[in-house]
Formats: sequence, C-alpha cells, structure tokens
Amino acid sequence: MENAINTRAMQDPNIYGREYLQTKGRIFDIQRYSIHDGKGIRTIVFLKGCVLRCKWCCNPESQEYQIQTMMVQGKPKVIGRDVTVEEVMETVVKDEPYYRRSGGGLTLSGGESLCQAEFARDLLHAAKARGMNTAMESMAGLPYEKIEMLLPYLDNYLMDIKHIDPEKHKQFTGRSNELMLENARKVAQSGMTKLDIRVPVIPTFNDKPEEIRAIAQFADKLPGVTKIHLLPYHRLGQDKYDGLGRKYEMDGILPPDNAYMEMLKQVVQQNSSLYCQIGG
Amino acid sequence: MKYYSKAIPKSERITRLVEHLYAKMPEIEASRAVLITESYQQTENEPMIIRRAKAFEHILDNIPIIIRDEELIVGSTTIAPRGCQTYPEFSWEWLEAEFETVETRAADPFYISDETKKKLHEANQYWKGKTTSELATAYMAPETLTAMEHNVFTPGNYFYNGVGHITVKYEQVLAIGFEGIIRIAEEHLANCKVGDGDYAKRSRFLQAVIISCKAVIRYAERYARLAAEMADRCGDPARKAELLKISANCARVPAKGAENFHEACQSFWFVQQLLQLESSGHSISPGRFDQYMYPYFKKDLDKGAITREFAQELMDCIWVKLNDLNKCRDAASAEGFAGYSLFQNLIVGGQDENGMDVTNDLSFMCITCSMHVFLPQPSLSIRVWNGSPQDLLIHAAELTRTGIGLPAYYNDEVVIPALMSRGLTLEDARTYNIIGCVEPQKAGKTEGWHDAAFFNMCRPLEFVFTNGYDKGELASIQTGDVESFQTFDEFYDAYKKQMEYQISLLVNADNAIDQAHMERCPLPFESCMVDDCMARGMALQEGGAIYNFTGPQGFGIANVADSLYAIKKLVFDEHKATLGDFKRALALNYGKGFDEITIAEMTAQIVKELKQAGRDVSDEDIATIAKTIMDTKLSDADQAMCDNLYDMIDALPKFGNDIEDVDALARDAAYTYTRPVEKYKNPRGGIFQAGVYPVSANVPLGGQTGATPDGRLAHRPVADGVSPSSGKDVHGPTAAANSVAKLDHGIASNGTLFNQKFHPSALSGEEGLNNFVSLIRSYFDQKGMHMQFNVVSRETLLDAQQHPENYKHLVVRVAGYSALFTTLSRSLQDDIIARTEQGF
Repeated sequence: MENAINTRAMQDPNIYGREYLQTKGRIFDIQRYSIHDGKGIRTIVFLKGCVLRCKWCCNPESQEYQIQTMMVQGKPKVIGRDVTVEEVMETVVKDEPYYRRSGGGLTLSGGESLCQAEFARDLLHAAKARGMNTAMESMAGLPYEKIEMLLPYLDNYLMDIKHIDPEKHKQFTGRSNELMLENARKVAQSGMTKLDIRVPVIPTFNDKPEEIRAIAQFADKLPGVTKIHLLPYHRLGQDKYDGLGRKYEMDGILPPDNAYMEMLKQVVQQNSSLYCQIGG
Repeated sequence: MKYYSKAIPKSERITRLVEHLYAKMPEIEASRAVLITESYQQTENEPMIIRRAKAFEHILDNIPIIIRDEELIVGSTTIAPRGCQTYPEFSWEWLEAEFETVETRAADPFYISDETKKKLHEANQYWKGKTTSELATAYMAPETLTAMEHNVFTPGNYFYNGVGHITVKYEQVLAIGFEGIIRIAEEHLANCKVGDGDYAKRSRFLQAVIISCKAVIRYAERYARLAAEMADRCGDPARKAELLKISANCARVPAKGAENFHEACQSFWFVQQLLQLESSGHSISPGRFDQYMYPYFKKDLDKGAITREFAQELMDCIWVKLNDLNKCRDAASAEGFAGYSLFQNLIVGGQDENGMDVTNDLSFMCITCSMHVFLPQPSLSIRVWNGSPQDLLIHAAELTRTGIGLPAYYNDEVVIPALMSRGLTLEDARTYNIIGCVEPQKAGKTEGWHDAAFFNMCRPLEFVFTNGYDKGELASIQTGDVESFQTFDEFYDAYKKQMEYQISLLVNADNAIDQAHMERCPLPFESCMVDDCMARGMALQEGGAIYNFTGPQGFGIANVADSLYAIKKLVFDEHKATLGDFKRALALNYGKGFDEITIAEMTAQIVKELKQAGRDVSDEDIATIAKTIMDTKLSDADQAMCDNLYDMIDALPKFGNDIEDVDALARDAAYTYTRPVEKYKNPRGGIFQAGVYPVSANVPLGGQTGATPDGRLAHRPVADGVSPSSGKDVHGPTAAANSVAKLDHGIASNGTLFNQKFHPSALSGEEGLNNFVSLIRSYFDQKGMHMQFNVVSRETLLDAQQHPENYKHLVVRVAGYSALFTTLSRSLQDDIIARTEQGF
C-alpha cells in the first residue's frame, strides 16, 4: 500500500509532495452552500461514524461507521461511501470563487470527525494548501492526540458542549463528558485555533436556565473563547429514524420557541462575557 | 466617496397613495381610441409622420385629466387608477373578441364598461386594414406564418403593440425643456433646403417633432390650470399650498429646464407618462435615474432648499406613479407578461464613461423607494462591478430580503464587452442601462427592438423526431428519418438545421413587423429624444438611432441540453435505448397519459383527416374520437419501454448541478440559437443579437410543446432563461450558478436571465446579507451576466394560493420583472413554487 502511493506520487505531479491527497476515509454527504456553519459560504463534508448516541441527533445515519441502507421517501438509499481526500476536494474546490468572496471554505462535520482523525487532518491540510478557511464541528470526545494532530490545519473549532453534568450527559448521549471538557481546556490553551462553543438546546435535557448558565460559565473561563452559539432543537431528522428502522426517542418534544431562546440568550449574557448567538 | 446610506423613513402619504391606487380592479378607458380615430379621419392625405404628430396633439389637448388625492407629482393617462387606454393603430381585433372575457380572465383582468365597449367598437371600425399588425402580416412569407401557427416562435409583442423598449435622453429635457428641443428642431428645419433630396421626409419629421413637443407643453399647462382651480376650492391650507406648487411646476416644466429637484421630478414624469401615451410599447425604461437626477438633488441639498426626507417623498411619489400606468394585452400575451407589468427598468450604480464608479446618495434612495412603495414598478436594477461599493450591494440585498423580487443584479464586467462586440464605443458601453427585463443598451442612442420575439428552442427538437411535421402538416424542413441517424453528430446536425431554418423565419417575421412600424407608426415625440433622429431628420422607426438592433430571445436551453445529453448517453454512448424508442416514448408522453391539450390536438387531427377524405363528422363523432383516445391503453410492451426509458432519463445528470460534460453540452446547445441569430440584419440598418430569457412565456409556450427527451412531459413549462429546469438543480445555488456561468453570456448581448429562489433564512442577519452579496459577486467573477431572486418561503406561496385575499401585496419575481403573486395565473404560480428553493 505504502509503495503504491509512493509510486503514484512519483508519476503524478499533482500528487508529488501532496501524499495527503491519497488518504482514504468514509463520508456520507457533501453539502455545498452552507452559510450557517462558520464564516462565509462553505462546503460541509460529513464524515461517517460517531462514538456518541445523542437521542436528539438529527443525522442518525451518521452514527454507525458501517455503510448502511436507509429508506428515503420510500426508496432505499445507501448511506456512506469510501473516498480519498483528492476525490472530496474535487467537489470542494468547485466553490472556490465563493470562498474567496465570502471568506468561507471547508467545514468538517459528522458523525464525529475525530473518529477518522487522519482523514480529517488530511482534508483540512488539503483545504489549507489551497488557501481556504477551515472549520470543524466536533464534540472533542476522543483522546487529545487526535485533536492535536489536526490543529495546525484548523482555523475554527466549532466545539459542542452539551452539558456540564457528567451523569446527565451520559444518560442522553451514551458517554460521560469529562474527556470533552478536558479537551476543550487544552484546545483553548493551545491557542492554535479559534474556538467557538456551540450548545444544542434540547428540551428535557439541557434547556433549563441553570443548565445553560453552567455551560456559559464554563465556556467563559476558556482562554480565547469569545463566542457561544445556542442551537435550538429541531425535528428535521425524525423521518430518518423511521428510514433506519429505529425508534425516535424524542417523539412528542417540541422545539423551543423564539421567546424562550431569547430568554436563554439573556441568561448567557448576564452570566458571562461571551457574545451569544442563536443559531449557527 | 461617502454615501448617506441610512434608509430615510417613509411618509404616510405614500401608504395612502398606494392604497388608493389598488382600491379597485383596473379599468379600460376609451378616450384615446376615440381621439386618435377622430384625428386620423381628418388627416388622411397627409404624410404619416405628420398624422402621428397631429393625432398625439389631438389626444393631449382633449384627453380627460385628473390630479389624484395627495399627489405631489401629477400626470395620469386614465381617470381610473391603474387604468389603461387602447391603441387601435397597432391592433384591436383581439380586444373586441375578448370584450366579454377580459374582466374575468385569470391573468391581468381589466374591468370594461358597456359604454366603453360601445365607444371602442365604433372607433375600431375605422382601423380595419390600417393597423401595423395587418401590414406586418402582409409582409410575411407563407412559411413564416406556418411556423407561427405551429408555435415555434411568437413575435406577439410588436406584432400587436408599439415597440417601446427604449430609454430617451431624460437629461436633455431636464436641462433645456421641450422649448429647447423645439429650438433645436427649428434650427435643423432652417437648414433643410427645399432642393435637398431628403427634404420631404426631413422637413416633415422635424415639423412633426415641433407639433408633438408643443402639444406636450400645452398638456402640462392643462395640469397647471387644473391644480390652480383645485387649490382655489381647497379648504385644507396644507393641500392648497401643495396644489399651488404643482400648478407652478407644471407651468414651468417640461416647457423649460428644471430649476430644482421638485421640478425635475415633475418634468421626468411627464416624459415617462407621455411616451406611453404616444404608443402602446412597454419597457419604456427610466434608466440611470440616480445619475441624471443627481445634479438637481445636490444643488437643492447644498443650498438647503430641500431635505432628504422631502426628496425621498418626491421620489416615492414617482415610484407610485410608475404603477399608475397600465396596459391591457391580449389573453395569450397577458400570460406571457403576467402581472400587469410595464417593465419600466430603472437602474442605479455602475460606472461613468471613464470607468469610475458613480454610486451616489440617490442610488441608495432609489432602493429605499422600492422598500417604501413595495410595488412591482419600477423594475429596479443594480449595476455591479469590481468597484461597486459593498454598502450599495448590502442595501440592495436588504431590498432582496423583503421578498419583493427586486432588484435585479447586472454584471458590468460582462455587459460592457458584450455591447462593445456589437459596435458600441467604450464610453457608450460603460454608461449602459437596462431596458425592460434584462436587455442592456446605451440610453438616448439606441433603438434596440429588445423584445423582438420568443423563440422556443424545444420545438425544432420536436421537428427532428417528426421530420418537420406537426399536427399532420409539414411545418419545417425535413431533416430525415430520425431512426436513420447513426451517430450523435448526425442527430445534433439535424437539430442545428431545424434551428437555422426556423431562425430565418423568425427573422422574416421580425423584419416584416419592423417594416410595418416604419410605414404606419413612426413616433415623432419618442424620436426627438434619441440621437441622431433630429440631425438625420428620421424617426427611430426609420433608422434614426445611432445604434439599431433586433433582439429576439430564445428559451429552453436547459431542456435542450438535458435532451441532447440523454440521447447522447442512452442511445449512442451506452446503447440502452434507440432513437426509435425516444420517438415512440415522446409521442406517447412517456406513457404518463394524455392531457386535455393532447387529446384535443389528436382529435382535431383525426377529424381533419376524415374531412379531407370526404367524410361528414358530427359533434357526436368528435366526442367518440376524443373518448377513444382518452381510454386508449398502451400495450404492455410500450408501457414497459416508456417506464424504463423515463427512469433511465430521470437518473441521468442534469444541467444546473455543476457537472462538467452536461454543462459543456449546454454551452454548445445555446450556440445553436445565439450564433445563427447574429448573422442577420434588420430594415433599420442594424443587426440581430440574441437574448436568452423568457419573460414568463416559458409557461404558456411550454403548454404548446410536446414531451421532450429530457423527460419533460407534454405541455409542462420549459426552463426559464438560462436557469436549470425547474427542480432539477439539486446541489444548491453555487452548483446551479456555476453551471449557468458556463454558458457564454457575452454572445447573448440582448441579455440573459438567471432566477434563483431563496428561503428568507438564507439572508438573515448581517452575515446572511454578506454571504448573499458574495454569492452574486462570485457568480459574476465567473462571467455570469444577470441574477435575480425570489425570497419567499414555499409555505407562504402555498398559503397565498389558498388565501389570496391575505396576500394582495405579495410581490414575487416572475422573470425579469416582479408581479403581484395573486394576479398571476394558477399555472404560473405553480411554476414559481416549483422552482428549487435554495434554503439550507
């Protein structure tokens, strides 16, 4: 395998010195013209596989690393494909004119990108090499070494912090949160990337004012963090659970209304020095 | 330069003016038709140009006038708000035929009283055999008439109406008034020597100009007197003062040059209004209003004679007045131009003749006007280039965000070289403005005939499959049995031959109509404000303009591109289907059943054949034939072939998704229209140039088109402008824009049109606006020419269909212009809803 890559690298001037283009990974979607995840007009690459099982997850097809079949509007659809960084970049570069004008670029999402850390690193590397802005949505719940290796190529870390209480975190996501909070501190201290904190506001899980306040206060103490996003729960992923033959455990829960979100925004602003935005 | 970019608040007067304007259904009035007929009856032996001037004079001296409540800018063509006059000299028979339905039709209904019907009917009798449309028909070749019967193209616009589509030298009227223009005409007249070979034509043209301009001055004086009389009777001192000011303004302008901003606004308005009383042409476009009005605004502002608020209010009043003008079209055209639109295009920003940006405070205020008045007119446009201030584009994006469908964005970096390729000087090209929907030209120097015809690029594709036949009749050339083609190139060549032949007929139709306008409806008033009519002593219709063009527009590029791709892939690359399969599937509408139109067409054809065979066909027979066709079941084999082919086509990549080889084919397919068109000349000494935009004709003309090889079913709308087929662009706005940018926009110098629809969330917040502006700039970086947007949620549109009463003011972008959603026909509403919504 190693040899095959090197041989190609010798023959193909596009690859020579850019071996990172040959790294393989598994994605399940590429979405262009994303304008709510990081600066400017962006392309989001969704990596497949996650270690959490958040009950509200709007991309349930992202959770398993395995390639799956999901029913979409009555038709079976294969979810997940194996690609090289180069293949992904063929799509990503199509919108370069838009990135240039808007300051946008590539955003990695998932799943959890850190589950395929080498692939994620090399995607970010490829984007940086072409002068694009890079961002990653991630919950940071994997060993710090995986995060550390992609920091040199990451302009903006959009980090999810879902709850401060380890027990409740475990109950709703399947895992406790100590590692994530620890990594948040480390990323902030590294000073290598702009760190923004994002909180999915989920009724019955973390939507009480004191819960949001605790997250805001934690985020406020992270060096360099100035911005927190409150992302209101939505149900747009519900049909996918049916499509995967899974039960939607959040059934019957209504999204928080605008007035409630504004109230939570007040809570953040009164209890921290952070700039708070509702939505991405 | 620093701009005063803050939006100025709206005065309450504007809300009331708008409410008054929309209180009732618009009405047809008879006074113009009666007056022009009276005049024509008395001038039968005089030169045509003099007859036109005297008729214009007779109308202006006698047509009823009105000053509406609270107006600050006056001049109304009809007593009823948003009413319209008729123009029998161009055509009238359609209106008589539609007297009983015009009030109840789906698209653009008009009220018409029995008394008006009677008056119009009496006046119309005079015009039998005297109209431009009758003369145009007499000039057309028989094969052209056949092609038009078979709906390959329609030159309906100028066939039945005046030409319009012009921007005159407003700045000259503002500066020297019509007294000044009369002086220029008199000087030219003094230089005409009776012995000159062209004395007869020149002298009469100049005399006609003088008659027309004097009539305009007298018309304004009628308003001065009316305002003074109303002031006398007025008990409200504030309104009394306004009326006295109106009276003073109308006594001075447009006779003399304007001395302040208020006079300039009034002078502008009389020009704008009266151009549309001289002829029924639409798309009389104010053009670069922010440029020629600015000196008057700046002068008043500098000496403290006006506040920004009052200047804004005056401009708002003009915006309202632009919606007071109206036009009744025949039922078919009303579908094609739905939304009572007059396409008065007003453009802000851009460059001067030296290539410097000329954005000013009025550029911003014009955008604010559209926010305040919130009506479809004027068709507001923005010129965008690399030097455009971001502030201006953000303010424009704020207007876009309201969902009004305005402004349209134009790319200087494409338009300027495109115009230069047609012979404009660098200076003229840099100071272009837009006419009507999307057509660029140089104001005051051009007779552009910009909207010369709709050409349906899908129809020649049908002829390839039918070997030139349509409804049992040979309607085009024969390019051979489609099943005999062995290569894709053979197929494509047949299409190109069909296109070239039909385009030559289109040219014949346009030139015949052009000739008829030249002979029967030269327009002295319009001509005196366009160079070089006065010096040449020729009307615009005779070739008096410096630049002369004819711009017919093609549409359906996306359908043709996707069709060619489907045939190339499935027949010749992958051998999964034959041309015979396609031919059969198209005739069977892919086995999806026949709609009413097809059944009616097939029945008519069988009846015709039976009659030709000498058989009597009763109404009962016809009903039986129709029922038999309706009940016909396809054989299992046919149904399976159709289903299979349809699914294979459906799975193919489509134009609008940033896919290299499909887009390359689309670029090439567009050349099958744009390249042949530019070879031809018109009778005014100018050339043809192609446009690629459909207004809203893609819906009704799609209704005349059978199934196409891209999987489009019979009689469904065809793709609009350069946009992808409705709903086929599934990779978002950047992918769609990249595909569209791969077409050659420069060669379509009569304009291209790219629609995108956004959900409001895409433009939310400051970041949303910035991203939106970036999207436009990036499309333009890739040499796109024009872009326009509907920002409204699908739910809103569906609700508006259910409850039109709640959405009287819902404005949407149709195509090159905006219209009130609820006034559109149901099918056009559905088409707008179906356009891919770029939400995300």
